[in-house]
Amino acid sequence: MMAAAAPTGVLAANYARDRIAMVALWLLAALLFAAFAAPWLAQQNPYDLAQLDILDAKLAPGAQSSAGLSYWLGTDDQGRDMLSAILYGLRISLGVGIASTALALGLGLTAGLIAARTGGWIDGLIMRIVDLQLSFPAILVALILLALTGQGIDRIILALVVVQWAYYARTVRAAAMVELHKEYVEAAVCMGVSEARILLRHVLPNVLPPVMVVATVQIAQAIALEATLSFLGLGLPITEPSLGLLIANGYAHLLSGKYWISFFPGLALLVTIVAINLVGDRLRDLLNPRLS
Amino acid sequence: MLSYLLRRLTWSAATLLVMSLLVFAGVYAIGNPVDLLINPQADQAEIARATALLGLDRPLWEQYWLFFRGALGGDLGISFAASVPAIDLILERMPATLELALTAMLIAVGLGIPLGLFAGLHPQSWLARSIMTLSTIGFALPTFWVGLMLIMVFSVQLGWLPTTGRGATVDVLGVPLSVLTADGLRHLLLPATTLALFKLALLIRLTRAGTQDAMLQDYVRYARAKGLSESAVVRSHVLPNILIPIVTVAGLELGSLIAFAIVTETVFAWPGMGKLLIDSINVLDRPVIVAYLLATVCLFILINLLVDLLYAALDPRVQSGTTR
Repeated sequence: MMAAAAPTGVLAANYARDRIAMVALWLLAALLFAAFAAPWLAQQNPYDLAQLDILDAKLAPGAQSSAGLSYWLGTDDQGRDMLSAILYGLRISLGVGIASTALALGLGLTAGLIAARTGGWIDGLIMRIVDLQLSFPAILVALILLALTGQGIDRIILALVVVQWAYYARTVRAAAMVELHKEYVEAAVCMGVSEARILLRHVLPNVLPPVMVVATVQIAQAIALEATLSFLGLGLPITEPSLGLLIANGYAHLLSGKYWISFFPGLALLVTIVAINLVGDRLRDLLNPRLS
Repeated sequence: MLSYLLRRLTWSAATLLVMSLLVFAGVYAIGNPVDLLINPQADQAEIARATALLGLDRPLWEQYWLFFRGALGGDLGISFAASVPAIDLILERMPATLELALTAMLIAVGLGIPLGLFAGLHPQSWLARSIMTLSTIGFALPTFWVGLMLIMVFSVQLGWLPTTGRGATVDVLGVPLSVLTADGLRHLLLPATTLALFKLALLIRLTRAGTQDAMLQDYVRYARAKGLSESAVVRSHVLPNILIPIVTVAGLELGSLIAFAIVTETVFAWPGMGKLLIDSINVLDRPVIVAYLLATVCLFILINLLVDLLYAALDPRVQSGTTR
């Protein structure tokens, strides 16, 4: 309980000692803000066809539109402002990444706690399913699921939850097994505390911090996986373009030298993933007792 | 060892059985293959005939049994798009994928172990820091974007390397290989590098961590006390000890390389089975999708089995079964 009760202020002060991690944190905050405020920040709604002018198609970065707007990052083959498209794409990529990771975390926590507490054949069954799933790469499992279920934002979130939950279930089960054998749990049992209350009020808070750190980094993995699947044409439909789809869209024009259509969305994707990874790494180092 | 082998084989067989059930359930039970197979204007009699021909009018367990018996004999149906047995298509494409994956693994191991070793031995040097920064970025970069950027720089801007296909191949025992011709190598270089990057970053980290750990061990201190030179300590004491886990991980990652080859093959139009899978998904060519899945599952089970047995042979502690 002591570790979980470590004052947040101390954690924040320790975090701030690493300059690169601070830069990453600010960057991440800026990206989240940009994604959230995309409809207000973007100079056009890239998916409202009435706002697009086909005569402005494939303009180089910095060009002026016929209406006097500046296309700082150029336009794509539909005359869409790339900066606006990236802001909207970021919104979808981050949303899908965060939603799928949160759902997978919830599912994995539940399965892991149940497995650790009940033991016996239920534990065996859950862990065999986890073993089976983890022996296949995430991308293959997700690809097959999407091939079967078809496209859509709900389908891709489902696929990302399916490929991630097993990892949490295994981590949570291992951590919960350790906690369940500690004296405070025994004491709680002696006091007649109910089963559910022991798991939720006593074991869960001790299991959660390390898993949350893993989850932070997993968001980056989920975003990368979603981008890859969308790039392959199996993720999101063209009406809900994430960064991966924007990159795929620009791929066709790469060979003719119009690099900006896929380069800038890729750069946005890269910065997002690196920022999340750096923040997650720093948090992990801070919460790892072996390093302090 | 024998009981371990038997336990491991049972697990492999069970995995295969469960996977075949899942694949069957996913591909055959969801949706009706008849709708895809025949002309939408077909009349009721024609639909009934096609249904009977495919065995779709029989109970589900019987359909599974037919599918399972066919699969055992290598009969996974005829490709809708190419009108040849699906398994033949897969087997024809498999060498290209394996060649790509193995070349990528070779690049990752060949560069990753020396770089990781250096970073572990001199953790404070600027070179080690640069290596680790690069490895962090290598982890974060999505494979397909790396491929696009390499194409942009080396093919479009510099015009040094080709962007698509395998180039000239040479038949070795009836298997076409790119790696033996200069043109093939030029075609192989970009896709293999793209595919290798993530594993390279992983191997650098693993080797570095292993090296740092090993340098603190007593056997290293005694080897130094014995008067061995630093390079001799690394060569004959550190390296053999860290290689066991590294080789194991490299082996296990081979499966994931084959899966990620789907992405690389799509970017570079490399004619492997991954590209075939994506093309088949786009035209809903179910027999080919099933054949790809079962071929890959078999490949994975084989790789996992071999790596586990190798590991058990190298490290006797595993056989006791305490870690499983």
